[in-house]
Amino acid sequence: MAEVEESSKPLFAGLSDISISEDIPVEGDISVPVGSQSADNDFSTLDEPVKDTILRDLKAVGQKFVHVMYPKKSSALLRDWDLWGPLLLCVTLALMLQGGSVDSEEDGRPQFAEVFVIIWFGSVIITLNTKLLGGTISFFQSLCVLGYCILPLTVAMIVCRIVLVGGSGLVSFVVRLIVVTASFSWSTFASTAFLADSQPPNRKALVVYPVFLFYFVIGWMILTFSPSH
Amino acid sequence: MSASQGSTNTNTEPWGSFDDNIIIQGSGSAVIDMENMDDTSGSSFEDMGEIHQRLKEEEEVTAEAAATEEDNGEDGEFLGMKGLKGQLGRQVADEVWQAGKRQASKAFNLYANIDILRPYFDVEPNQVRNRLVESLIPVRMINFPQKVAGELYGPMMLVFTMVAILLHGMKTSGTVIREGTLMGTAIGTCFGYWLGVSSFIYFLAYLCNAQITMLQMLSLLGYGLFGHCMVLFITYNVHFHSLFYILWLVIGGLSTLRMVAVLISRTVGQTPRLILCGTLAALHMLFLLYLHFAYHKMVEGILDTLEGPNIPPIQRVARDVPVVANAVVNATIKSISAVLQSQ
Repeated sequence: MAEVEESSKPLFAGLSDISISEDIPVEGDISVPVGSQSADNDFSTLDEPVKDTILRDLKAVGQKFVHVMYPKKSSALLRDWDLWGPLLLCVTLALMLQGGSVDSEEDGRPQFAEVFVIIWFGSVIITLNTKLLGGTISFFQSLCVLGYCILPLTVAMIVCRIVLVGGSGLVSFVVRLIVVTASFSWSTFASTAFLADSQPPNRKALVVYPVFLFYFVIGWMILTFSPSH
Repeated sequence: MSASQGSTNTNTEPWGSFDDNIIIQGSGSAVIDMENMDDTSGSSFEDMGEIHQRLKEEEEVTAEAAATEEDNGEDGEFLGMKGLKGQLGRQVADEVWQAGKRQASKAFNLYANIDILRPYFDVEPNQVRNRLVESLIPVRMINFPQKVAGELYGPMMLVFTMVAILLHGMKTSGTVIREGTLMGTAIGTCFGYWLGVSSFIYFLAYLCNAQITMLQMLSLLGYGLFGHCMVLFITYNVHFHSLFYILWLVIGGLSTLRMVAVLISRTVGQTPRLILCGTLAALHMLFLLYLHFAYHKMVEGILDTLEGPNIPPIQRVARDVPVVANAVVNATIKSISAVLQSQ
């Protein structure tokens, strides 16, 4: 009952009567909040040396390469997506596939811009298609997956280049065909392992076909590449 | 004002009730930072609006932005009072950023909303397969308007497949495009045909009073490309002229007949039917003919002799293509036909 009476009074009503005499020592600890500044240090990576940033990013990219080469059911590729890896792979592939100038005798090889545009616009279109079919994956995650799964095809390109050094007859063609076919099916399988999970089960074929076509075109560009010696 | 709300947010008023003060103060300290005191203390509407906007910002932003937002929130946390210099500039910048973000997201949602196209991609694989097969089967009943499926997945995949097949054909025929790229030409040809001829036939259908929508026309023509894809796939690899002509007539003819029958069933009157279907049939068959002969090895010799001195922009130059695959296939077919003929 007394508590109710106390709470009905205004809060600082009795304070006007109090005066502090100099006899009473006032001491204690006062803590000022400095929490905001230390939190700032944890989130800001702007002040670290550039080498640290690059190494950290490269490590993340390398980890995702491993995930692509051994496609297990892990969501690491989807969770922290980044576009460095796809850019690296795309530029490497486009540089290796690049043809000479138009006036030289070896015409008809794809130019750098062509390969670059095919890869990126192909990825964008496949992503849009996946989203339109009702997928739950986000735009950049899908771009990330498709870009990283070009890794087997890049490896195949390097192998083809090495094989072509030895000669360009029937045997080398058969070897290149086998290598490119294996790597293109690996790419398709790896990317569908990530992409098709976000689809309703009876529509997986609708998502897989464009991916198959995309990697088929890239694989075919690699296969029909002829050197300019 | 009840002081016992604690950490639950019973925010009933739109401007954010008085409870928000206590919540904002939350984990604060025992120290009142006199630097942040302002003359506009206490009651004003702007302060409540500030608190509400600050809360709304904290809801909307992502995890990284939330760290900086907390910084702002803690600075002005005590009863929503603001310091004069730093907070004002920051607040103005915040307002500008928020307004810009709102504008951009509104524009994006309006124009780049792919959800508009979502219903046209709502298909099952067996539906797509059935429609592909049906595109080669002409319907019998032309007195009754035939149903045309309005979907865009099948047509788009067929157009992209045809781009891939065209690329292959261009490569093996050794075509060189000077002013442009191989890929650009292939994509331009296929998409240009699909979209352009669809629009043109839709326009004619509008003139001839045919009951067909643009979506249905796109879908119909898209599925009609299935026959083209098959013929080109076969004849870019097996170079027999007689084979191409037979396939052109049979498969091209079947897919044209299907499209024509559907259009006839939706048009009234002899002359409109004739105009519409004649145009479509001519364009469809001629396109297949063009695609075959435009990227064909045999034509190169003729072109070079005809247009010697003045070189056109699209120049065909023979080159050493790894012809191993073609040679193998051609040799196999020739040997098979030789064996069959000798029997």
